[in-house]
Amino acid sequence: MYQYNENDQRIVDERVVQFRGQVKRRLAGELKEDEFRILRLQNGLYLQIQAYMLRVAVPYGLLSSRQLRMLAHIATKYDRGYGHMTTRQNMQFNWPKLEDVPDILDDLASVQMHAIQTSGNCIRNISADQFAGVAEDEIVDPRPYAEIMRQWSTFHPEFAYLPRKFKFAFTGAAQDRAAIQFHDIGYRAVKNYAGEVGFKIYVGGGMGRTPMIGKLVNDFVPEKDLLVYTEAIMRVYNQFGRRDNKYKARIKILVHELKLPKFIELVETEFAALRQEGAVPLDAAEIDRVTAHFTDPDYMDLPDKSEVFNQYLQDDKDFSLWVKQNILAHKKSGYAIVNLSLKKPGVPPGDITDDQMLSVADIADDYSFGEIRSTHEQNLVFADVRKDDLYQVWQALKDVGFAEPNIGTLQDMICCPGLDFCTLANARSIPIADKITTCFDDMDYLYDLGELKLKMSGCINACGHHHVGHIGILGVDKKGQELYQITLGGSAGDDASIGKIIGPGFDQDEIIPALKNILSTYTRLREEGEGFLAAYRRLGMSPFKEQLYANN
Amino acid sequence: MQIIKDKAIIEDNWVHYCGEGDLPEGDLIVSLDIWQEMDLSGRNIGLQLEPDDMLSDIKDDLHQFDLIAINFPTFADGRGYSMAKILRDRLGYKKEIRAVGDVMRDQLFYLQRCGFNAYEIKSGRDIVDALEAFEDFSVKYQTSSDEHIPLYRRK
Ligand code: HEM
Ligand code: SF4
Repeated sequence: MYQYNENDQRIVDERVVQFRGQVKRRLAGELKEDEFRILRLQNGLYLQIQAYMLRVAVPYGLLSSRQLRMLAHIATKYDRGYGHMTTRQNMQFNWPKLEDVPDILDDLASVQMHAIQTSGNCIRNISADQFAGVAEDEIVDPRPYAEIMRQWSTFHPEFAYLPRKFKFAFTGAAQDRAAIQFHDIGYRAVKNYAGEVGFKIYVGGGMGRTPMIGKLVNDFVPEKDLLVYTEAIMRVYNQFGRRDNKYKARIKILVHELKLPKFIELVETEFAALRQEGAVPLDAAEIDRVTAHFTDPDYMDLPDKSEVFNQYLQDDKDFSLWVKQNILAHKKSGYAIVNLSLKKPGVPPGDITDDQMLSVADIADDYSFGEIRSTHEQNLVFADVRKDDLYQVWQALKDVGFAEPNIGTLQDMICCPGLDFCTLANARSIPIADKITTCFDDMDYLYDLGELKLKMSGCINACGHHHVGHIGILGVDKKGQELYQITLGGSAGDDASIGKIIGPGFDQDEIIPALKNILSTYTRLREEGEGFLAAYRRLGMSPFKEQLYANN
Repeated sequence: MQIIKDKAIIEDNWVHYCGEGDLPEGDLIVSLDIWQEMDLSGRNIGLQLEPDDMLSDIKDDLHQFDLIAINFPTFADGRGYSMAKILRDRLGYKKEIRAVGDVMRDQLFYLQRCGFNAYEIKSGRDIVDALEAFEDFSVKYQTSSDEHIPLYRRK
């Protein structure tokens, strides 16, 4: 993974000094809260119901064991012993004290980490395919480009005070696992007929109260133009994005109001002007320098078949279930990708304790080249485990509590913090998530349902991605009562779609029966091997709706 | 009034004239409307731009202004950064570009990078302290108006 050079290190160190000064001026009353707010947000520091919340950047979801140990240390020393994986692959701490934040940033800087631009109206931390570099279906490894983009967007002087937050996501695989069509800019790395790398660029995707699917703005931007083309998009947005209404300020609204052809015209004109002024294209040498940080680890030459592994598969049914559900094929023979599930009854999705972080770091050192990845579905990944070692890894993960064989099932839900932590919430979400995982705990039933993306948000801001859940749950407030609205048919993948509301909402006691009802309609009407989303798309809303509201 | 110009504190005599009352003596900073409507001949003129003014409206008149002030109604409004950059890099404006309005220490590093070289720090803030902000970062990744070579090509 990327290692900081002297310059990279100096920038994060100088940021700590700068932020320490800002905190000092705030505590001395020299900065007003409404001024400090904008500054602290650019450094990932939110004020929530009960305390400050610090969001630490995990660029494109890549962590070393050393970094994870530092996060554990921070959780122990400055927080209540745990952290939280977010839907943009970052780690969040819920209880830091303002006075401690500069010291936390110092600790982070000591392991090449920071909280720069993890919130605020600026270019946020960049997310990417969690299987980058190891997926079988990869065409271009997006990580070097994501890193180049991280550097370019860090303290970009022109784009620090945008109309609204701005999120980039990268993928370079056949299958989009990074939800690029639900980001302000989504980059899909591709190769043209000549084998040259370039990017399909999607603009204006997003969730929130006006969910929109990103629109293709350019089919092939050569890699050398990646930064200048992005600069053109950002400049158009910075100048013309709406600032009069916070809910209409995202770039998706600008694209929508201008209409796509006009937006593209503005971007192309700006791009041409920038080039004419002598904007510097990205050097091949720089791409090579950064790419050299993302070469394969020292894989052994192994046969694809592992005798030990196959023996364990036969002997241990629980192990084989876990393998079937949580393990993915690796591009290198003899290796596998291991998904760690951070979802299980009794624990808010994505929470991880300091001890768990330490154990995960140890296991990564022993079995996966000391590297860990985070996913936008709030789980973790070991990307490079030898098949021969899978049984040991499984046992180690069982001890940690991350071996639930539920990846991709209904239990593997995304869920926002909701009313328990969030000032904007209409309804609780974590307790409902817990009810659901507790109630739907018959694994045979879950496996029979197959892949099912259940996502829940406590309000229309959609932090829990409910718009793109095959089944989405949205907390609403109906005359002071917490209600839950159900949507069907969303998808964050290549077949991106936004879920539709099925009908009137349910209270917290009705929500489980309602889910059961919807699932029974699916199992009754599905065709052989047909997943929930495919069945919904074939059948439409009616049969689900009729069955659900049959008694009303 | 004291302002920061070219990284030093100086005494500044430009007068902001908003169109009300008699025309004051001296060098004037005026809005686009006033510049278009009033007879200001014989004066040194600074033009004050608002974030939603269009640069295309004045691009042929730039030589008439001894300075251009860009207003920040609130420091969260980042349009002025793009404006200054376009003035410098596209329209070739070489004289003073001054940040006015909700301007304080914490924006200066970015402002200078986008082509500003003068700053009216809002009242009640320590202008001496603000001077230090130019040194907040010693490394800059990107090209901008102050640096036309990306970090990886610099030696
Ligand atoms: C606890 C306090 C939180 C608050 C007050 C909050 C607030 C918001 C708001 C206001 C939006 C809508 C922004 C817009 O549409 O412009 C939003 C979107 C979002 N938030 Fe949060 N959030 C919180 C926590 C989280 C957490 C913990 C996560 C990750 C697990 C998260 C992930 C997201 C995502 C992915 C979006 C969607 C971005 C989009 O619209 O494309 N948020 N949040
Ligand atoms: S979706 Fe709403 S309730 Fe949930 S975290 Fe976001 S803002 Fe808060």
